[in-house]
Amino acid sequence: MNRRELDVSVESAALDVRDLRVAFVQYERGLRRRVVEAVRGMTLSAHPGEVVALVGASGAGKSLFGHAVLGMLPPNARATGEVRLGGRLLDEAARRRLAGRGLVLLPQGGSYLDPTARVGAQVRRAARLAGRRDPAAAAREALAERGLEAGVERLYPHELSGGMARRVVGAVAGVGDPAVVIADEPTPGLHPEAVAAALQGLRRTADGGAAVVLITHDLRGALGVSDRVVVCRAGSTVDEAAVADFAGDGAGLAHPYTRALWQALPGHGFRAPAEPGAAS
Amino acid sequence: MSLVLDDVSYRYPRVAGWAVRGASLVVAPGEVVGLAGPSGCGKSTLGKLACGVLVPAEGRVVVDDGPARPRRGARLVQLVHQDPVAAMNPRWRVRAVLDEADPTGSSLADPVVGALVETGWLDRYPHEISGGELQRVSLARALLAKPTYLVADEISASLDPLTQAALWRDLLGVVRERGLGVLAVSHDAALLAEVADRVVSVGGGTLAV
Amino acid sequence: MTALDEGVGATTRPGEPAGPDLVARFGRGRRSRTLWTLGLALVVVLAVAVAGQLLQTSAGDPDLPSRLQPPSPVHPFGTDRFGQDLLQRTLVGLRLSLLVGTSAAVLSGALALLLALVAVVGGRVAEAVVGWLVDLFLALPHLVLLILISFALGGGTLAVVIAVAVTHWPRLTRVLIATGRESAGADHVAISRALGHGRVHVARRHLLPHLVPHLTVGTVLLFPHAILHEAALSFLGLGIDPGEPAIGILLADSMRSLSAGHWWLAVLPGLALLVVVKLVDTIGNQGRALLDPRSHHL
Repeated sequence: MNRRELDVSVESAALDVRDLRVAFVQYERGLRRRVVEAVRGMTLSAHPGEVVALVGASGAGKSLFGHAVLGMLPPNARATGEVRLGGRLLDEAARRRLAGRGLVLLPQGGSYLDPTARVGAQVRRAARLAGRRDPAAAAREALAERGLEAGVERLYPHELSGGMARRVVGAVAGVGDPAVVIADEPTPGLHPEAVAAALQGLRRTADGGAAVVLITHDLRGALGVSDRVVVCRAGSTVDEAAVADFAGDGAGLAHPYTRALWQALPGHGFRAPAEPGAAS
Repeated sequence: MSLVLDDVSYRYPRVAGWAVRGASLVVAPGEVVGLAGPSGCGKSTLGKLACGVLVPAEGRVVVDDGPARPRRGARLVQLVHQDPVAAMNPRWRVRAVLDEADPTGSSLADPVVGALVETGWLDRYPHEISGGELQRVSLARALLAKPTYLVADEISASLDPLTQAALWRDLLGVVRERGLGVLAVSHDAALLAEVADRVVSVGGGTLAV
Repeated sequence: MTALDEGVGATTRPGEPAGPDLVARFGRGRRSRTLWTLGLALVVVLAVAVAGQLLQTSAGDPDLPSRLQPPSPVHPFGTDRFGQDLLQRTLVGLRLSLLVGTSAAVLSGALALLLALVAVVGGRVAEAVVGWLVDLFLALPHLVLLILISFALGGGTLAVVIAVAVTHWPRLTRVLIATGRESAGADHVAISRALGHGRVHVARRHLLPHLVPHLTVGTVLLFPHAILHEAALSFLGLGIDPGEPAIGILLADSMRSLSAGHWWLAVLPGLALLVVVKLVDTIGNQGRALLDPRSHHL
């Protein structure tokens, strides 16, 4: 199923998540177990043509958001809350069926590529699974859109540089013309030019009509391409702010945590939280 | 008494061309020197040469008039990596990680460790605490070895702004208190402008002040 | 750090809600299931070994009037052509198999660890030599080599143990070398050196703890191979002395009367061997799940 089949109208949000919660059961010593709530109340919506940034500290549960929406949590996790795609309320199993077609996750690194298959074969397979009529042409097009030449199709993942591998992952994710793209930390470890290219790629995906959620710790990078910023802290979304409000000394930012994030940026105060550890 | 890189060059085995060519640099005690430049310019290699992880093919590294790699004891230049996960044995709890830097086992009594590390983390494995917390552990371990210089290679590149600001505030506090020299490697010019006393740009493996 | 670790790590602080009712909602956990399976498999394998030991003296008694009886409540596995109870003989045979399997697997594991350490610590030449040896042994047909060695050593239990041990180390060695090389090149090893620790410290505190779980599991998983090859050698008459009731000998004996319709002579001991091998395999796999730090919380 792709964007057309999901029947997303501009009025309804392509992705609408309300009060998402994820709990893990973990073993301590021996057979004693406990439940840890890692995500406790995340609410976020994204409309077609929009880039929404989900910003927070490492460990705030941002990455779990993506995995939970796609129904890809490990077996010891349980998710609750409402997830609507194109206005339809879908359970975990239904979302997992949509994953890779109408709904895609751009994972953190190139290690998600199959090391034993050539790039071309992997992109063509994704195109075929997404129901594209001419997978070969669609794959070529998806790679070309990301500035990768035809020769890349014949390479194996270990022959790619880090930046190229991420662009290939982007091609695999984007070849099905998805309605919703969730990008999980697409930038760490990349040099500044590659970061800018990766973020601009997301912007283009949104301008093409998809709803994009950008999960990141890099507030400055996110501000460059996003329409809105959703801030999360300790497993909950605490604030939503317009990009224009991140300016000057942050007086336009209503929520104290959002303002603290802005004022902690180098060049905007570099102000650390009052006590050690309070940031996380 | 300072950390001196004197006309050092380095090339990686089986790779054509020099990663660093004829670079000279001095870091004085109590001074934070920023090392800036685009990726692949050799700034991380220069950091590894400064702390003795790599040995220069030409030129020499002198630490307080001594060698970069002393025969016995901890090196006087310690490196803190960008990725704290790879920098720790995944089968060790945080307590064991810290104890490796301090054979007396009294690492927790050290005030620096107390300021950086919360006792609640000690019985956890590295993958069980957040990236920001783990980077503080990594920094505490380096400081426990009682170095006179630190090489901080992109230590806050994967941290959010608040965690980054808190980490640098605490690190700079220790630096001032102990008079440490720091070589801060980063691609983030705004960050270096905040933390460094002076910034050196690297291009094509050579330095421009 | 992976995406999921990140989320979990953040919230495993003290003071989180952890009510028993919440835990109950998740049902029985994976770790209890793993432990149950592991325990059950261990108990059955041990019971077989103990029973075989106890029956060792009585199992040889011939009882000619009741020869070649099909399975019945008195003789669950039937009797052979001398009237000996086949269940007893199977148990004794399995005990011998377990013994041979254990010795061969442990010997093989020790060989693998030694060669792997030599390859990782010993420099480029040692690594090349070990790699060449591994390739050589992997390239030779397994069973042919087994037969050659066992034949050259004159057969018997000891010859089988040595033959099986000498042919089973290459795969495990390869795994151990890869693991050892990976941890030797890790950042935390470089840091350990920078902190002033020597090679011995690195080998003992960093390399060995990484190798031991792989070695343990690898050795246990060698065991089924060892047992099956012992049975194969004995079946071919190149292994254990025909007087001893090894499973391979029982199977070879059964060939003479299979065409006469005495199916139980082959099927039941064979099935028993299969079950024991599968159980040991289970022990290895469940043990791996328990020792892997990534499944620590599962």
